[in-house]
Amino acid sequence: MTWFTIIIAGIITYFMRMTMVALVDRDLLGERVKAVLAYVPSAVFPAIIFPGIFINDYGTFIEMNDPKIFGAIVAILVGYFSRNVIATIISGLFSYWIIIFLL
Amino acid sequence: MLSKKQIFSKGILAVAPHMFSVIPFGIVCGAIGIELGFSPVLVYAMSIIIFGGASQIVFLQLLSGGASALIAVTSVGVINSRHLLYGAVLSEYLEKLSFIKKLLISYLVVDQGFAESNKFFQKNRNETHLHYHLLGSGGTLWVCWQISTLAGIILGSFVPEELGLKFAVPLTFIAIVVQDIKKLDHVIVMITCGLSSLLFFDAPFKSYIIISPIIALFVAALVLRLKK
Repeated sequence: MTWFTIIIAGIITYFMRMTMVALVDRDLLGERVKAVLAYVPSAVFPAIIFPGIFINDYGTFIEMNDPKIFGAIVAILVGYFSRNVIATIISGLFSYWIIIFLL
Repeated sequence: MLSKKQIFSKGILAVAPHMFSVIPFGIVCGAIGIELGFSPVLVYAMSIIIFGGASQIVFLQLLSGGASALIAVTSVGVINSRHLLYGAVLSEYLEKLSFIKKLLISYLVVDQGFAESNKFFQKNRNETHLHYHLLGSGGTLWVCWQISTLAGIILGSFVPEELGLKFAVPLTFIAIVVQDIKKLDHVIVMITCGLSSLLFFDAPFKSYIIISPIIALFVAALVLRLKK
């Protein structure tokens, strides 16, 4: 039964990935829709970023002095100026670790 | 004009930094499945059949918590529905591929691969072998996901929890969108999405993950209209 459920979940997931690429003709999308699609990364990823910072493992809001907020601010600053993905991630992690391990 | 191999390598390099979040996440994902009492073969098969980090964990947690199969499948569908948006964006660049190639390459589309390849596509519209970038980025993520979930299944969660590597997940996505904070319209869309995700965090089936992008895209449409 669990196997069957996994396969159904896999098929649904695959269809989500494949439908717009392979089945839907791009010309069906109007110009306005196409213009809005340019915002997809900005419209999707904050839904992963914000809960990952502001909500803890128990599903409640963190305190305003949580080290994750500091780590995120460092990552944003380093990322903005360095334009480097590794630097962004490492600086965020290190500043977070400095607070939780050293202070 | 870049060769296929060059574009493929660029795809690999583009997602390489994201391994800081993908590998620990994969290890945890494999380890949780075993801890919850599922068979190793079943937990690993999910990495091939579903191939979607967060949705795999939620799926196993729901089933082990006694939720019905319908609820588990619905949750996976809701969590992964954002791929419809990725597909809509990518279709512009994959239009010329044959139907079979479209079917095959779709399997490899995941968050970080989509984000990095989309950036490359926007800057290199005129290249002929664009899709090799997606093969490089998606293929790398696929291989690393398989190895790391397998490692978690076999070795347990050997990454110390005190390191808080979960925090690497929001950080990799910060790295993806951070250059757009110089554009006011994008900032408005990002803040709308972020605040909506906190507001709707407790909505059923983890639906905040698709509700907030939809709200944010409506705001994007409004912003576009105002810009004219």
